Amino acid sequence: MTTATREPVDTPPKEPAPRRILTTVGPQNVSLIGALVVVVAIFSWLNSGYFTWDNIQVIGEAATVAGLLAVVQTVVIICGAMDISVGSQTGVASVVSAMAFTSTGHNPLLGMAAAIGLGVVIGILNGLIIVYGRVNPVIATLAGLAAYKGVAQLISGGRAQGFVLGDDLFIFIARGRIAGIPVQVVILILVAIAVHLMLKYTDIGRNIYAIGGNDTAARLAGININKYLIAVYALAGIVSAFAGIVLTARTGSGQPTSGSEGLELQSITAAALGGCALKGGKGGIGGTLLAVLLLGALNNGLNVVGVNTFWQNVAQGALLVVAVIIQQRRSGERAVGLPT
Amino acid sequence: MTELSVAGISKRFAGVRALNDVTLEFPSGAVTALMGENGAGKSTLIKIINGDYLPDEGQVVLDGRPLGLHSPADARQAGIRVIPQEPEIVPHVSVAENVYLGALPRKAGRALDRATLNRRVRADLERLGFERVIRPETLGSHLTPAQRQLVEILRALTTDAKVIAFDEPTSSLSENEVEALFTLIRRLREDGLAVIYVSHRMQEIFQLADHIAVLRDGGLVGVRDAADTDENDIVRMMVGRDLSSMFAREHSATGKVVLEVDEVTTDDVHDISLTVHAGEVVALAGLVGAGRSELAGALVGDLPIRSGEVKVEGKRVRLRQPRDAVRAGMGYAPEERKAQALLLERTVRDNTSLVVLDRLRRFRFVRRGEERRLTREFVDRLNVRTPSIEHEVRKLSGGNQQKVVLARWLARKPKVLILDEPTRGIDVGA
Repeated sequence: MTTATREPVDTPPKEPAPRRILTTVGPQNVSLIGALVVVVAIFSWLNSGYFTWDNIQVIGEAATVAGLLAVVQTVVIICGAMDISVGSQTGVASVVSAMAFTSTGHNPLLGMAAAIGLGVVIGILNGLIIVYGRVNPVIATLAGLAAYKGVAQLISGGRAQGFVLGDDLFIFIARGRIAGIPVQVVILILVAIAVHLMLKYTDIGRNIYAIGGNDTAARLAGININKYLIAVYALAGIVSAFAGIVLTARTGSGQPTSGSEGLELQSITAAALGGCALKGGKGGIGGTLLAVLLLGALNNGLNVVGVNTFWQNVAQGALLVVAVIIQQRRSGERAVGLPT
Repeated sequence: MTELSVAGISKRFAGVRALNDVTLEFPSGAVTALMGENGAGKSTLIKIINGDYLPDEGQVVLDGRPLGLHSPADARQAGIRVIPQEPEIVPHVSVAENVYLGALPRKAGRALDRATLNRRVRADLERLGFERVIRPETLGSHLTPAQRQLVEILRALTTDAKVIAFDEPTSSLSENEVEALFTLIRRLREDGLAVIYVSHRMQEIFQLADHIAVLRDGGLVGVRDAADTDENDIVRMMVGRDLSSMFAREHSATGKVVLEVDEVTTDDVHDISLTVHAGEVVALAGLVGAGRSELAGALVGDLPIRSGEVKVEGKRVRLRQPRDAVRAGMGYAPEERKAQALLLERTVRDNTSLVVLDRLRRFRFVRRGEERRLTREFVDRLNVRTPSIEHEVRKLSGGNQQKVVLARWLARKPKVLILDEPTRGIDVGA
């Protein structure tokens, strides 16, 4: 190595303050906040009851289940994979939590533990199928979407199971407030913070970004990719189980399909809208949460002004496509043939 | 008559000057070599000629007519073809179909006229004297790297190219293939095409080129006739200083044996034994395909070892996966740094700390201050030219990217560091 004749390196360029704030928050997040402001402004103008504390709580509670899944979907997508079965897993967890609660003589903790335990098993199964069966993650979890929904319907006989709102813990989750904030929303916030800390500040998170960014490089750097992928799917199973428990508490009983169908779409939409690159290696919890909030505010607003749910489905699909188009534009994806 | 020229070309990327007022002629019927260290601007210039980039200032001129090149399609239309290092070949169709991709001859209806197609390609090959090198019926997936380049060249010739640029064409070719390619290039020159040839290999340049243009730090240093100059002169122009200092090398073998490879056999190499001492540099020479990369891959646990054993500091290590090699104290800078080593969208810091995260963490949390300090230390030591350690790696030049890969492994202080073609795409000065 010759060392003599090179100019010094690493003098951070001075940026003006507004620019610095923009780069810390991220342009993606700034546009999400902008969109949120616009949505809130429009619906407040259309309906004076929209921007009230009561309705904001309603928005938060309605967004919790999808929000939990969006948070964990973010981790899966950063890894370069996807989990389409999260909605069905939520359904299984909801049914199991209610049925285990009933059959253990109304013990809520055992009910929840059973749901979480099964979530881990399903998640690991997904991971094993993908890693050792060499099945594309989208296909593997698409199969899971159908199969786990079937499992939920089989064990419940296709009907809502049990009644949990005689129990204090479930009532607390459904209707409780901590510092004025609904318990469900607190659960979402806690999970989001934990996942954010993991992604951003631990070596686990760094390795997850590395796997999604360049899996060959990650492997050659000595990262055990298989272990990470299986663990990430197990995490998806656990968080889906949380979502299922919240769903049970909200509806008062175990729901095999109602309330959990279509959640995979919502979670992927939120992650994409929040800035996750679908090819992996890029994204964060902050953006995803903002997107969850935006989607929640939009759904609630459409309900408040009385827009048909069928149209809401159309809007949801359109939004996912638009989010991805914006992303591809930004990353300078070549405009030829099948996208990567 | 000058076929192609560039006039006053300048280009900046995010404030970094890549080309500065370059004016250069590429006469037809001649081979013009483009040389320079990495980051000198060769690739940028080629990309501008190919329409990949728009220049900030200046023009590409063909036959006295300025061209507005907005895409590679524009360049093709104008008769300019750049042959990439790794041509895109459709694997499951024949050579003939690959050559005439997009302009396949048809019979009535839309059926492919395979007879006409093969006849045409055979005629093309005969005209070039390559009928024995490649058959029109061969499937794309069966082609060697040299044959793939030949297909790309045929594509160019069938569209009446006037200018053909080669961007380091020999980096993945074996010696015989290089010879065949040179024969072809000489023939192109006789046919009156303007040939632009980018390479790092000095001998090739003197075998082939009529004119040698040297770039340094984005500016044109000068153009020489190959007959009137020599290697030292060109290197001096490239690096802006004398050569002798660069080949000074310290021998500091301390005698302690670090790596022992004993009769290792893999799917590609047989019974390899070698010993490496601390402080020693061992070069694995051999033609492409001789098994250098394969041996390196086996030593870092990427390819399975069938028999034989590997010892690091006298201790036998089992290399089932790359993790085992990393733990045993081996570092590996692979041949394809972008595909195999770098996280292009992450920062210099993320890329450097990747293999030392396990040493930087406290309760699984990465100690960020320590991480930054370590990154700065190695960025400074290796002179990585980057605006900051938070800069995305994809924005660095190839040579600096390679330094980041080295910084990563040096930060781990490995016992053995294996570099597979470390100079690929990098120049003597680095």
